[in-house]
Amino acid sequence: MKKYTYTDKKDTRSGFGAGLLEAGKRNPNVVALCADLVGSLKMDAFIKEFPERFQQIGIAEANMIGIAAGMTIGGKVPFTGTFANFSTGRVYDQIRQSVAYSDKNVKICASHAGLTLGEDGATHQILEDIGLMKMLPGMTVINPCDYNQTKAATIAIADHHGPVYLRFGRPVVPIFTDADQKFEIGKAWVVNEGVDVSIFATGHLVWEAIKAGEKLAEMGIDAEIINIHTIKPLDEEAILKSVAKTRCVVSAEEHNRLGGLGDSIAQVLIKHDPVPMEYVAVNDSFGESGTPDQLMKKYGLDDENIIKAVQKVLQRKGK
Amino acid sequence: MSTTVYPNETKAAAGSNIDTEKLKEVASQVRRDIVRMVHGCQSGHPGGSLGCTDFLVALYFKIMKHDPAFHMDAVGEDVFFLSNGHISPVFYSVLARSGYFDAKELATFRKLDSRLQGHPTTHEHLPGVRIASGSLGQGLSVAIGCALAKKLNKDNSLVFTLHGDGELQEGQIWEAAMFAPHNKVDNLIATVDYNGQQIDGPTDKVLSLGNLKAKWEAFGWDVIEAEHGNNMEEVVKTLELAKSRTGQGKPVCILLKTAMGAGVDFMMGSHKWHGVAPNDEQLAAALAQLPETLGDY
Repeated sequence: MKKYTYTDKKDTRSGFGAGLLEAGKRNPNVVALCADLVGSLKMDAFIKEFPERFQQIGIAEANMIGIAAGMTIGGKVPFTGTFANFSTGRVYDQIRQSVAYSDKNVKICASHAGLTLGEDGATHQILEDIGLMKMLPGMTVINPCDYNQTKAATIAIADHHGPVYLRFGRPVVPIFTDADQKFEIGKAWVVNEGVDVSIFATGHLVWEAIKAGEKLAEMGIDAEIINIHTIKPLDEEAILKSVAKTRCVVSAEEHNRLGGLGDSIAQVLIKHDPVPMEYVAVNDSFGESGTPDQLMKKYGLDDENIIKAVQKVLQRKGK
Repeated sequence: MSTTVYPNETKAAAGSNIDTEKLKEVASQVRRDIVRMVHGCQSGHPGGSLGCTDFLVALYFKIMKHDPAFHMDAVGEDVFFLSNGHISPVFYSVLARSGYFDAKELATFRKLDSRLQGHPTTHEHLPGVRIASGSLGQGLSVAIGCALAKKLNKDNSLVFTLHGDGELQEGQIWEAAMFAPHNKVDNLIATVDYNGQQIDGPTDKVLSLGNLKAKWEAFGWDVIEAEHGNNMEEVVKTLELAKSRTGQGKPVCILLKTAMGAGVDFMMGSHKWHGVAPNDEQLAAALAQLPETLGDY
């Protein structure tokens, strides 16, 4: 198992804030919109640097999506910011008609995704957003794993023409990817090469997969760990290449098991190379109040649950 | 042989000297197009389309500065957004008749593989359409975004929108209505097609709109009322007045009273023709009331 260490921890939303500032410096057409959550989305630095290119919308997310769509007419590249729940479910039809169906170059940037939002509870912890967004034709869906990757992804989507859903989170998590990485949309990152099982993880679950991989190595299991930061378009080639070697799969995501990364991978396997697969995901339920660590444990999204899933899928594989 | 009013011209209209009689001729042809399109596919929305014909003809043939060569970003051009997308027949006819595409294509309305979808979309790359609409309540937000982009680009052209009065029952309209005055979006003219009708009946019965003028004014808009939205002279005058009130710190709202189905006597003033196509006899009766001025497609 390749050794991953970290010296610093930060929230992925701060990676978004840093990436937005950088994207703004590189492209004068980048504009930002926020629905009364500037501090939570870490947009302060962008606003300070480019006050005229920031639009405070107030608590009116539907209006924000429409305004963003309109600003693309005239060449702007709008980044909208609010919590993941209010970025997707609350404004699904606005995104569907005014952004996706209208082919508008809007970047929907969503913080506080999943259970790790914590104490605010299920009203704010959306676990269905990846599914909602990936079902929209033409929508790119990205869920980076740490501060550096989120920053790089934010810069990359400014250069990509078309609607994007960028999902990130609230808690402080280890920084283990390179600061100067080049983020390639749709290109999976092989975190660790292995032969016994393929663990495909996204978002906060990538670090959990690394922790699981280290413990599995001690148990004599050589896990391949792949970071699927782009859920759509999915890197089918990387998935099939890994599976050809390992012959079994565990998917890991902070999302409902219905409609998330696991389902996207399962579709690829069913069509090309059916092998045993286990999901690490929320089992079709809402979340609840608690600390992020407590919730990830209770809902089965930590390294221990990845290890259990690996053991189960290896049994099914017949090892 | 169908014709356009501005063949081979760019940057049409904008204070153009076209006289009101000519505008009325165009409106008659557009009304013929509407009933023929809706008859041709036996679906669509003739009532609101006929009611808004005079407004859209005045806008595209006299008021707006626009280029039928069609550039999505509309730099230096006035822009129109149709928020109540179900009145697509009038929008398509006016676009075709002002040179965005060949009027012959109107025959494909709502048919398989057409660029003229039931509700307008950019998806099929129909020139003249900049946003999909149909799911109601979204167009005012989009127009505000376009107006904000124009201000950032130091482009002093204007943004126009049209909304159904029933559409004002959507909450997003009022999110947008609150936003525009706060942010002094004063390069925007939003018009309400105030015909008092919606699918299930009169708006007063379905969900009363109350005092619309007071509502828009309370939100901070500069409101202009027009009693006769199917009188071309009054429509032109109202739009020119609205233009003169832009750039003064407030968005402008026109409450335009129209008659659903205007121009075809048996369709007028009733919600029953909101979304119903005429049969062969009704088509003939309608066309008999509408002189063919530019040639049918």
